[in-house]
Amino acid sequence: MEARLRLDRKAWLLLPAALTIGVAFLLPVGWLLSRAFTDPQPGFQNFELLWQRPVYMRVMGNTLWIAAIVTPVTVLLAFPVAHLMAHGSPQMRRWLIFLVLVPFWTSLLVRAFATAILLQRHGVINSFLLGFGIVEEPLPLLYNITGLLAGCVQVLLPFVIFPLYSSMARIDPAYMRAASTLGASPVRSFFRVYLPLTLPGLVTGATLVFVSTLGYYIIPAMLGGARQQMIAQLIQDQIATFGNWGVAGALSIVLLGATAVLLLLLQLTVGLKEIAR
Amino acid sequence: MIENVLELAGVAKRYDAVVAVDALDLRLQTGEFLTLLGPSGSGKTTTLMMVAGLQQPDAGTILLNGAPVTRLPPYRRDIGMVFQSYALFPHMTVRRNVAFPLEMRGLPKAEIARLVDEALALVKLPDHGDRLPKQLSGGQQQRVALARAMVYRPALLLMDEPLGALDKKLREQLQLEIKRVHRERGISVLYVTHDQEEALTMSDRIAVFNQGRIEQIGAPEDLYDRPATRFVASFIGDTNLLPGRSLGTSAGLCDVETAGGRLRAAVRAPIAPGVGVVVAVRPERLVVRPEGEGLSGTIVDVIFLGTARKYVVRLADGTECIALRQVSDPPLDLGNASVRVSWDIAHATAFEA
Ligand SMILES: Nc1ncnc2c1ncn2[C@@H]1O[C@H](COP(=O)(O)OP(=O)(O)OP(=O)(O)O)[C@@H](O)[C@H]1O
Ligand SMILES: [Mg+2]
Repeated sequence: MEARLRLDRKAWLLLPAALTIGVAFLLPVGWLLSRAFTDPQPGFQNFELLWQRPVYMRVMGNTLWIAAIVTPVTVLLAFPVAHLMAHGSPQMRRWLIFLVLVPFWTSLLVRAFATAILLQRHGVINSFLLGFGIVEEPLPLLYNITGLLAGCVQVLLPFVIFPLYSSMARIDPAYMRAASTLGASPVRSFFRVYLPLTLPGLVTGATLVFVSTLGYYIIPAMLGGARQQMIAQLIQDQIATFGNWGVAGALSIVLLGATAVLLLLLQLTVGLKEIAR
Repeated sequence: MIENVLELAGVAKRYDAVVAVDALDLRLQTGEFLTLLGPSGSGKTTTLMMVAGLQQPDAGTILLNGAPVTRLPPYRRDIGMVFQSYALFPHMTVRRNVAFPLEMRGLPKAEIARLVDEALALVKLPDHGDRLPKQLSGGQQQRVALARAMVYRPALLLMDEPLGALDKKLREQLQLEIKRVHRERGISVLYVTHDQEEALTMSDRIAVFNQGRIEQIGAPEDLYDRPATRFVASFIGDTNLLPGRSLGTSAGLCDVETAGGRLRAAVRAPIAPGVGVVVAVRPERLVVRPEGEGLSGTIVDVIFLGTARKYVVRLADGTECIALRQVSDPPLDLGNASVRVSWDIAHATAFEA
C-alpha cells in the first residue's frame, strides 16, 4: 500500500520515456494500423483481401510454420548451454556468459552476413565438406529454409539461454540428489524434477523466440529464399513496392493480434509474473 | 533378519590433498539409531554420502543388508535420506512429494494413496497433503521430508543434520518426534550431527568423528563416563582438564603429579612415569568443600543455572575448574578464602597429553 502510493507520486519520472514512446512509436504505429480500416476507403476490404488472395495466406502460414520450427530447435540447443551455465564450474559460467553475450554487441546485419559467408555455395562449411570428401557437390545451404533456420536460431539462442539459465540457477542441486536417493534414475529425475522446474524459463524463452521470429525481417530477407517469404517482408513489399498502406496495416494487425493471443495464452498458463521475476 | 544392516570396511575418501574419511570401519545393527558426531569438517557428511551412493569411496567396501553396494548408484540402494535443506520438490504438493518414491517403485495407485496417508499421519501432518512445500513452516517441511524418506520402508534411513536449520525449541520437539518414529517403525537410522546434546538425546550408539576417523564408538553413557581419548572427553559434555605428569600406573590407575598436588585417575592403558598427562573430570563429579582432602583453590565465580549452581574454582597453580552443585545443596560463599576440590577416583580419567 505504502509502496504503491510512493510510486504513484513519483510517476512523473516516467514522463520522458512515455513521451518518447508515444511520439516515436505509438503514434506512427497507431497511424499505420488505422490505415487498415481507412485506406483506400473506410471498411474491412483490406482484411477481405488477406483472406482472398492465396499469397497472403501462404506467407502467414509460412511465418507460423517457420516460427514453429525455429522455437523447438532453439530451445533444444539452448538447454544444455544454460544447464552448463547454471551448474558448471564458475569459470565455465563466466566463459559461457561472455560467449553468449558477444553476439549482442555485434550488429544484426554483420551477423547475418557472417552466417551467409559460412553457408554460401563456396563458403566455409561447403569448403570443409568438399575438402574432406564428405559431399561431392556443394550443399545448398543459403537462400532456403536451411539458411533461414540457421540465421534465426543463432540470433535467437541468447533469448532462450538467459531465461532458462535464470530458472536453472534457482534449482537446488539437492533436489536431484534427493530424487536419486528416492529411487529415481537420472532419466526419470530429469523428466519428473529438473525439467518441470525449468518450465518458467523455458516457456519465457520459447515465447520470446516464437514472437520474435513472427516479426523477423532482416534474417529472412538475407538468408531465406523466395519460398520462405515471411510476413514482415510482405509488409515491407506492400509499402515500399506497391504503396499499399492499407494491406500493410491489415497484415500488421494480424501480426500484432497473433502476438497478443500468444502472450495472453502465456499469461493464462505460466503467468507473466513468472517472466517478470 | 540380518544382524548388521550396514557394514563399512576400510572405507576411505580424499579430495585432492584433504583426507575426508580415513580407513573407516563401522557396523550398524538392524533397528539401531547410530549417530555420527564430530566437529565441522571431520568427515560425517562424506561418510553419509558414500553410504547413500552420492559419493564414491576411493577404497573399502560398503555392505547394505549383507550385499555389496559400493558401486551401485543411489537409486539402486535401499536407503532413504533426509537432507538439512529438506530438498522437497517445490513444484509438487506434499502428497506428490511423499508419493514420489512409491511411484518410482511402480506401486499401484490405491496402495500409494494408502501409504502416503499413513506416512503423513505418522509425522502428524494428515491435513497438509494439498499444500506446496513453500506453504509450510521449516519444521513441517522437515516432517514431510522424513515422511518421504521412509514411506517406502527403506532398509536404512540417513539423516544429515536434519534439524540444523531450526530453532532450539523446534529442534528439541522434532528430536523426540524422530525418536518416536524410529521406535514405532523399528527403522535403522544413521544420523549426523555436530550437536552433542542432540546425539546424547537420540542415539543408541554414537560414533565420535575426528579428522576422518572414529575416535570412539559406544552408548551415550559410555562416551560420557568412560571417554577413550582426550578429544572425546572434551567434545562430549563439559569437562575439566588438569595438566600433570605421570608417576606410573598400577591396576588401571595412574598416579599423577599436578601443580596443585598428587592425584589418581583411571587409564585405559598404562602410562609410563614421566609422561605428560591431562586428567579429565566432569563438573558434576567435582566435590567442593571448605576443608578436607583434595586440591586447594579459591572460588572466583558462582553462576546460578536454575537447577544447579556452577562454581568456578581457581586452583593453586592458576588452572580454573568448574564444579556443579545442585541448588538443594547449601551454597558456598564466594568469599571463601580457600576450598578443597576432590572427586571419586573412578570418575577421573587420565590421557597422555
Ligand atoms: N566436494 C568437496 N571438495 C573438496 N573437499 C571437500 C568436499 N566435501 C568435503 N570436503 C572436505 O572434506 C572434509 C570432510 O568434509 P565433510 O563435509 O564430510 O565434513 P562434516 O563432518 O560433514 O562437517 P560439517 O559438520 O561442517 O558438515 C573437510 O575437510 C572438507 O573441507
Ligand atoms: Mg556435513
